[in-house]
Amino acid sequence: MAALERTAGTPQPIGYTRTPLGVVGAVLRWIALIIATILFMLPFYLVLRNALSTDADITAPDWKFFPTDLQWGNFGELFSDENVPMARALWNSAVVGVLGTGGQLLLASMAGYGLARIPYQHAEKIFYAIVGTLMIPAAVTFIPSFIVVSSLGWVSSLRGLIIPTLFSGFAAFLFRQYFLGFPRELEEAARVDGAGYLGTFWRIVVPNSLPFFAAIAAITFIGNWNSFIWPLVIGQDSSSWTVQVAMSTFITAQTINIHQLFMAAAVSILPLVLIFAFLQRYLIQGVTQSGIKD
Amino acid sequence: MSVRSAIRPASVDETTNPTASKSKGIKGNTFWFWVFVGPFVAGLLVFSYLPILWSLVLSFFEAQNTVTPTKFVGLQNYVDMLTDPNFLSSLGTFSIFAVFIVPLTFVLSLALALLVNQVKVARVFFRSVFFLPTACSYVVASLIWKLSIFNGVRFGLANTVLGWFGVDQIAWLSTSDPPWFWLPIVTVRLWLQLGFYMILFIAGLQRISPTLYEAAYVDGAKPGWQTFRFITLPQLRATSIAVLLLNLIAAYQAFDEFYNLIGSTANYARPPLVYLYTVSLGSIQDLGRGSAGALILAVIIMLLTLLQNKIFGFGKAND
Repeated sequence: MAALERTAGTPQPIGYTRTPLGVVGAVLRWIALIIATILFMLPFYLVLRNALSTDADITAPDWKFFPTDLQWGNFGELFSDENVPMARALWNSAVVGVLGTGGQLLLASMAGYGLARIPYQHAEKIFYAIVGTLMIPAAVTFIPSFIVVSSLGWVSSLRGLIIPTLFSGFAAFLFRQYFLGFPRELEEAARVDGAGYLGTFWRIVVPNSLPFFAAIAAITFIGNWNSFIWPLVIGQDSSSWTVQVAMSTFITAQTINIHQLFMAAAVSILPLVLIFAFLQRYLIQGVTQSGIKD
Repeated sequence: MSVRSAIRPASVDETTNPTASKSKGIKGNTFWFWVFVGPFVAGLLVFSYLPILWSLVLSFFEAQNTVTPTKFVGLQNYVDMLTDPNFLSSLGTFSIFAVFIVPLTFVLSLALALLVNQVKVARVFFRSVFFLPTACSYVVASLIWKLSIFNGVRFGLANTVLGWFGVDQIAWLSTSDPPWFWLPIVTVRLWLQLGFYMILFIAGLQRISPTLYEAAYVDGAKPGWQTFRFITLPQLRATSIAVLLLNLIAAYQAFDEFYNLIGSTANYARPPLVYLYTVSLGSIQDLGRGSAGALILAVIIMLLTLLQNKIFGFGKAND
């Protein structure tokens, strides 16, 4: 994956920019791009349209592109309707997303730094023990993990949702690779001033690595927010549902109005769209560095 | 190219020659190493290694409705799973799914990458448009697909469009004959993941040295198919392998869209993980057989990974 780190856009030479078929080719490419754009954006539009419609509009036999009348009240209704546990579910998702991401970043960055910078005779064995977990397909472990977590009595609790997800061997591996390439001179200066490993790490290394932290944080948060199988297994009563589990439940047991379900979906997409708006550069860096999204 | 191949342990000379020596006792390097790495390793032991060992033990016991079984049954759980027609058909479902999703994802994400890479205006806009769906969750996408686009009644978008051409409405998800459900199942994943693989391909395209294209141009290669066939594709070899492998492993672990679009009880279109969920945590609650199935799956995925490592020799292709 190391080769994926260089993503600087190189200016294209003359031979490359001469694309086939001249004008016809250019027109065809634009048509393809525009059709693809419409197809890719359509599902987002449908969420918005349905979230702001009445159920009668959504299920009308003749399909309407625009709702007859925008129902802005649907947003407030989502949080005030007693029968819909969406507000609680969104809160759970937020807690899981923030604590899960923060905890994973803290643990993985410290482990990565220790492995990269602190000499210890068994460091290599420890490193292989961590990397070994990458060989195990993540999704297959939900049954074994459930066994351990239910023995701890953590089913249907935020602890059960968060703690088992904090130890990502992959994140620790990425941090170690990153810190191996961190300029030593900066650390040396701090060491000369008498700072220990902790002081150097917190005062020099972390502040100088914020873009990398942002990239890993963005990927981790999106993964946590969207994760489904683990919250589904753990959230056995509705008080511990995340927004994904709540929505999934209502897809099958349509006991709430369709517009409420779509409003919940719209609200659940919102934080991710914000992350995209402000952190897309870091996200793309993170994706190309890791090439893995789980 | 793969994560695993890039791993080379840090040799001692790679790490700092520290001023603190071991003679400092408790405040030496060993102590600090464990301060940094210890909490992570402890968590890994409890939530990674312990579960797998426990599963391994459970898979040799009769463990219905319990995680502390008493009755040793040897390999019976494994035999049960490998002769269970539902488990075998779930592997079949995965195979059909992979035949659809892997080539389609490969071709379409490469096409998007080439399109975006050749555009001179609004490149960032288009890249964002195709990348944005990767932030969407499988649950939200399934919701849109099931209740809006591929709704089996008249107001579903797909049926509305078909209606314009006088085609009768289709119950997309609730029937296995004809197996129309593949269309929503495959398209939902395409929408969600094409942007991700497109980004990998764009990164690969931007690493191709421009001098290669210049040389080809000077040699009289026609821009277009010839350049693509003899320069772009070979140069993208490492990226292509990564895309195929990541995609295959992800498809193997498909759960969310099948669970939300079709459900875990339908006996058609049930991939391995959905069946394992049903066996161990759903209606059957048999953790012994579930563990055996999970380990069988894990072994198959590892074998796939190792096999392609053997075939393609990762690590050589990209340095």
